[in-house]
Amino acid sequence: MTAPRTLFDKIWDHHLVSAPSEPGMPATLYVDLHLLHEVTSPQAFAEIEERGLAVRRPRQCLATMDHSTPTDPGMNLVRLAGRDAAGAAQLTRLAENCARHGIPLLPLGDARQGIVHVIGPELGVTQPGMTIVCGDSHTSTHGAFGALAFGIGTSEVAHVLATQCLLQNRPLTYEIAVDGRLPAGVTAKDLILTVIGELGIDGGTGAVFEYRGEAVAALDMEERMTVCNMSIEGGARAGLIAPDETTFRYLAGRPGAPRGESWDAAVEAWRRLPTDAGAAFDRSVRFDGSSFAPRITFGTNPGQSIAVDGTIPDPSAFDEQVRIGVEKSLRYMDLEAGRPLLGHKIDVVFLGSCTNSRLSDLRAAAAVLAGRRVAPGVRMLVVPGSEPVRRQAEAEGLARVFTEAGAEWRQAGCSMCLAMNGDRLEPGQYAVSTSNRNFEGRQGPGGRTFLASPLTAAASAVAGAIADPREMMA
Amino acid sequence: MRQFTQLHGRAVVLPVPNVDTDQIIPARYLKATTKTGLGAGLFAGWRYRADGSPDPAFLLNRPEAEGAEVLVAGDNFGCGSSREHAVWALLDQGFRAVLAPRFADIFRNNAAKNGLLTVELDRDTWQEMVQRLEAQPDAPVSIDLERERLGFAGGPEVSFSLDPFARHCLLTGLDPLAYLLAQEAQLDAYEAAHPPRVDTLAAEGEAR
Repeated sequence: MTAPRTLFDKIWDHHLVSAPSEPGMPATLYVDLHLLHEVTSPQAFAEIEERGLAVRRPRQCLATMDHSTPTDPGMNLVRLAGRDAAGAAQLTRLAENCARHGIPLLPLGDARQGIVHVIGPELGVTQPGMTIVCGDSHTSTHGAFGALAFGIGTSEVAHVLATQCLLQNRPLTYEIAVDGRLPAGVTAKDLILTVIGELGIDGGTGAVFEYRGEAVAALDMEERMTVCNMSIEGGARAGLIAPDETTFRYLAGRPGAPRGESWDAAVEAWRRLPTDAGAAFDRSVRFDGSSFAPRITFGTNPGQSIAVDGTIPDPSAFDEQVRIGVEKSLRYMDLEAGRPLLGHKIDVVFLGSCTNSRLSDLRAAAAVLAGRRVAPGVRMLVVPGSEPVRRQAEAEGLARVFTEAGAEWRQAGCSMCLAMNGDRLEPGQYAVSTSNRNFEGRQGPGGRTFLASPLTAAASAVAGAIADPREMMA
Repeated sequence: MRQFTQLHGRAVVLPVPNVDTDQIIPARYLKATTKTGLGAGLFAGWRYRADGSPDPAFLLNRPEAEGAEVLVAGDNFGCGSSREHAVWALLDQGFRAVLAPRFADIFRNNAAKNGLLTVELDRDTWQEMVQRLEAQPDAPVSIDLERERLGFAGGPEVSFSLDPFARHCLLTGLDPLAYLLAQEAQLDAYEAAHPPRVDTLAAEGEAR
């Protein structure tokens, strides 16, 4: 009998093309699915072309346009060229590269286009037990399906294009268990912000997280994606959740999912993936999910967060390195230790990004906004994660809820999460954002970001200031 | 790949913890389709004032930073986004090595693919290095990768250790892609035994 193995161990072992030749050397790991976008791929295509190499498995690659794409309704490549020549050139380059190498592409204007980490699951090409990579750190999102998924740099994009493989050192595996049930008004976003707040933004360096426990098992697939998405904000390159009936139900019938007998065989194999009883983790951390509250960041990294009704911590309460960071954050944010965040005036609300732009996120925010108005002077941007999400939200009447409340309803894309596509904060503005990074200037030079859930974002939009969503929920 | 064996030069000190890749190079500089010229965006949020002029108070704009090849950075340097542009920007500026208590994983991997040396220092050594170089900004720094030894400000040498594969690639200039391509036979065997799990062309067509 073999020793008990974790979910990670099983995926890793299955994908070894060659084990390390000696200690300290990397393993060669096979990649099942390679996702591409316009920003981190052009230099990789150039690299393989300079060497006269072909793309080894173009039908295991899928490309989309998301980062540099404008989200103004009706925008397309031709109109973009007049406004952002460099952005348009980058999109054109991706289209040329994909055409030359036979890689399927969902371009700007395509009915299936969207954020790379939204469309993979949506098309059913993200599946349990796979290895998935992309030149984007939020590739960890796909771990929600029990796939080993992580971000890579552009050099590694070239490696995967040419060989469908990566050189990898085996990471550690940490168990992140969240027991109990999340209280009403507390979402997957609050869960992951709390975990990162406790472990720190480098708590997972060198490791893969496996999220477990009652609170995690109770999450639907979109909520699980939110949790795994932010693993990288805790320093872990990947986050995993064991596949179960919730996973299989989500995948059944999707275009990329297996059919008929292949489906049955796949599900049977997927059922063997979860971590065996008695398997060892390198570290285990347990949380009581029933004690969690809506969480919001106060600083300039995703680990600096408090309960939405809490007070900003005193930097002197921390050791020196943390203190330096907190002091620097509070200076940038122009916030004062010991004060509450509730009631702090905001200028912008951004609902979107690969963390929180799926249908359930839009439904949650719309439930708060229905019959209410975005406060005067506040700009609210609602950016669906993909064009299919946009169409479904329009069909369900969610889009109308947003526009009637005074919010802007946009096309799919990364939008204001990273301020390279026209959507951005002005210097000094405060925003409540459902995205994943509150780094200095991330949403625009001088912009200040509070990361929170779609519920908290919607409640804050109505209040015109940071608000506790539990007070607006019927 | 660019080789790295030894370095004798000067350092700049940026002892701030958790410098993320958005600070190293903001996303608005990522529309490039080549690896060159990205130095202009290095630390752009800190380096330039609102009107676009260089902020003379920022360390990279001070005269002593001219020609420095070593960056002494804070804990968890390079966290956040996977953008390799962060490494290309540091190289374009002239840096050949970054020293810090710890690096974020993706940044460290990206650096290794481009001949940028990353050295993790124990906390005491790092602290001493920061103090000495802040007191004496033009003090010499020497790195010998073969012997894994670091010297600074005329003090005694200290040892460091690097990931063996990264060290091998740096010392010999071995290109990791060539190393992968040499595994063609194993890769063929793996693919013969493991049919593809997805066909993105078929999935994409069906979703049309």
